[in-house]
Amino acid sequence: MAVETAAEPAPGGRARAARAEPGTLGRPGRAVTMYVLLAWTWVRAAAQYPVSMVLLGLATALVSGLDAVGIALLFAHTPRIAGFTAPEVLFLYGTSALAFALSDILLGTTELLGRHVRLGTLDAMLVRPVGLLVQIATEDFSPRRLGKLIPSALVLALALPRLDAHWTAGRVAMIPLMVASGLAIFAGIWVLTASVQFVLVDSHGATKSLTYGGAFLTQYPMSLFARDFVRGVTFVVPLAFINWQPALYVLGRADPLGLPGAARFASPAVAAVLCGLAAVAWRTGLRHYRSTGS
Amino acid sequence: MGVYPWVAWFAFRRYTAYPLGSGAEALTNTVFGFIRASVLIALWRARPGLGGYDTADAVTFCFLTQALIGPVQVFGGMELTERIRNGDVAIDLYRPTALQGWWLADDLGRAAGSLLLRGVLPLVAGALVFPFHWPGPAGAAAFTVAVTLGVLVSFGLRYLVTLCSFWLHDGRGMDAVALVLSLFFSGMTVPLVVFPGLLGTVARGLPWAAQIQVPADVYLGKHTGTGLLGALAFQAVWAMALLAAGHVLTGMARRKLVIHGG
Amino acid sequence: MRAEPGMIEAEDVAKSFTVRKRSGRLRRTRTTLDAVDGVSFTVRRGEFVGYLGPNGAGKSTTIKMLTGILTPSSGSLRVCGLDPARRRTELARRIGVVFGQRTTLWWDLPLRDSLTLIRRLYRVDAAAHRTRLAELTALLELEPFLDTPVRQLSLGQRMRGDLAAALLHGPELLVLDEPTIGLDVVSKATVRGFLERLNTERGTTILLTTHDLGDIERLCRRVMIIDHGRLAFDGGLDRLRATVGADRMLVVELARPGPPVVLDGIEVLRTEGPRQWLRLPNAVNAAAVVSALAERHEVRDISLREADIEEVLAGLYRGDHAYWCSGRPVAP
Repeated sequence: MAVETAAEPAPGGRARAARAEPGTLGRPGRAVTMYVLLAWTWVRAAAQYPVSMVLLGLATALVSGLDAVGIALLFAHTPRIAGFTAPEVLFLYGTSALAFALSDILLGTTELLGRHVRLGTLDAMLVRPVGLLVQIATEDFSPRRLGKLIPSALVLALALPRLDAHWTAGRVAMIPLMVASGLAIFAGIWVLTASVQFVLVDSHGATKSLTYGGAFLTQYPMSLFARDFVRGVTFVVPLAFINWQPALYVLGRADPLGLPGAARFASPAVAAVLCGLAAVAWRTGLRHYRSTGS
Repeated sequence: MGVYPWVAWFAFRRYTAYPLGSGAEALTNTVFGFIRASVLIALWRARPGLGGYDTADAVTFCFLTQALIGPVQVFGGMELTERIRNGDVAIDLYRPTALQGWWLADDLGRAAGSLLLRGVLPLVAGALVFPFHWPGPAGAAAFTVAVTLGVLVSFGLRYLVTLCSFWLHDGRGMDAVALVLSLFFSGMTVPLVVFPGLLGTVARGLPWAAQIQVPADVYLGKHTGTGLLGALAFQAVWAMALLAAGHVLTGMARRKLVIHGG
Repeated sequence: MRAEPGMIEAEDVAKSFTVRKRSGRLRRTRTTLDAVDGVSFTVRRGEFVGYLGPNGAGKSTTIKMLTGILTPSSGSLRVCGLDPARRRTELARRIGVVFGQRTTLWWDLPLRDSLTLIRRLYRVDAAAHRTRLAELTALLELEPFLDTPVRQLSLGQRMRGDLAAALLHGPELLVLDEPTIGLDVVSKATVRGFLERLNTERGTTILLTTHDLGDIERLCRRVMIIDHGRLAFDGGLDRLRATVGADRMLVVELARPGPPVVLDGIEVLRTEGPRQWLRLPNAVNAAAVVSALAERHEVRDISLREADIEEVLAGLYRGDHAYWCSGRPVAP
């Protein structure tokens, strides 16, 4: 064994950098690099069967586009639902589904955390020099997930020109902004619900209420739902900020809850707070796991 | 014949051994029920009496679909798939029992457990919050028969999809297509009575209608007398056809395994 | 600066879990389970240490604390001079870990891709990676299955792949949790031979938990035994045999089958035709027994067997040695 020995000291800079990285969400640059690297490896592996990959992507697109078909069927019977026209509801569908699809592609596999805990595969991840969140989020990353973007992008592109909105620069700018903050809110929800599984390993079935349930709920106008329910998804779990509040601004509509006008622009702030909470929850959950070894 | 009831009983026990996970699923099914019910109420407010349903019918239908997600396994899947992929199915094929019969018994036990753990919560929660119909004793009896037939049809469909793993390199595409068909044509996405024109006629004749739409209509008392018998016969015919197809496909799979070694 | 800090320094390390038990219909009682109950030891650079104990004794918990997966409840722990739980990712770059029961490779990727990925994760530069990969490929005979997806590898191949993955970044310390479990004889021999060379030629410190005593006899110069969360023995194999005072075994083959022989202080454990197995306590002089036997019986063949490590441990785990129960502190 002629290879130079392992005892080579880590370069000082690297060691110092690593020291500043006690948890997983720290050092975003390195996390992003690692995310891309791991995801790319999976994509390359899947690309060895290109036909299968494309067909799977299309099948995935079909599954996730089903909700849009459902909405179209409703509007085959009535021009308005809860005061909203088909293009308006499809606009809500498009923004919500696009934000959710993006978050699902990036972080969806975190919902399997409880299973990793149960199978013990979490331990194998913890002995690698990369944050746990990055590893779980890229586990089995498949390009077929990109199929989820197709129906949402398509519906959004079809709905936007049909909206009866008074387009201003602010309203146009709001659309990418609301998708971005919706993505961040969903990301926070994925991580929060995954963190719960550190403690309650069997809770996955219930946390789907927030992730998939949240995605489904925000495809429809909130005016459909009971007022107290809407208060709940505004103030307790801020699903209303994914697309409803900014959409009210874009569509020039009054808020049924009568929240002040600033609420229409609060989505980025809400997203930031939620992501902060998610980071704390993740660290707490990981610490809990490492002290209980559940 | 004696072994199948035991297979079903063990499946029931295995499925109900960890009620927490099922309870969590039931919670999510209920939440989705609330959202879907709100959407349907808005639609029926705009179009009262649509498809011969009143608002309470539509809401009840919605919570029935949520309650039946587990028992008829709308989202697809079977444990057998994994056994085919890793080759363990060879063991099953050399048992002195029929492969399809064994897994059917297993599935019936699972469905019974699932009905218990995942069916009750959505129905009760829906009934407490929204206008809701409960069936009379005769309706409940007919519903039990219809759900059993629905589970048979669901099994028949999933068994066929699962057996395709013998021939496919990657079964996930097949699973995804099966999922779309199941979600859409069983009435999960929107009730089949809302499907317009020809689409509705076709959808009501497909086997997925026998999974949820028919049991729900039986529950709601939409079929009476000979109509009820016709609805149950519709389910039974599909169940028999699918199980017969499954039988043929099992034979082909066995030959493939014997001749090509899997 | 201290002279030569140990690779692993554990001082009074403990880990307790809270276990909820159902007691009665709804009531649950919480009990505290001390999985590791105050363990102290030092492993120096270049050592090859076997870490033994019956199931549930605290082996895996110790390993998980050493690798930073679990945080100790109390005590101080240093691995490569780092606190494992606090500096997990930094430590991960300096140690290699192999779990025999589960792989750290990616199931769906070919082994080669898994190893490339590991290079990137551990930030090994390309040239060093090429040299090490070539070397590991030769030593572990990976070439035939480098392009096979991991899920299709046999257990022995997978374990060799896992070993390569754990060593690609040139770790100073290798922690192995039952690496030979379930392997066939040939794979076991390959793995053992490899570990031995790794330790002697490259100087990598190795800590090995195993139930396979062949591993211990062949590889470990030092053995630590944990039982009920406490370190019950720490020392060389020879000293273990001597300390426990394990009995030797005398196998005699007589000219013809007969009843068990009768000798003072000797117990006949088994007879099988003309062959008899006699337990020989340490205090008894073997030569005296042999001559006494030869006097009374016609002896065809005779052989003396040293205490088998397996028996030594079986005795220890059963707790039928006074030493075991005395709780006397063990000297390193």
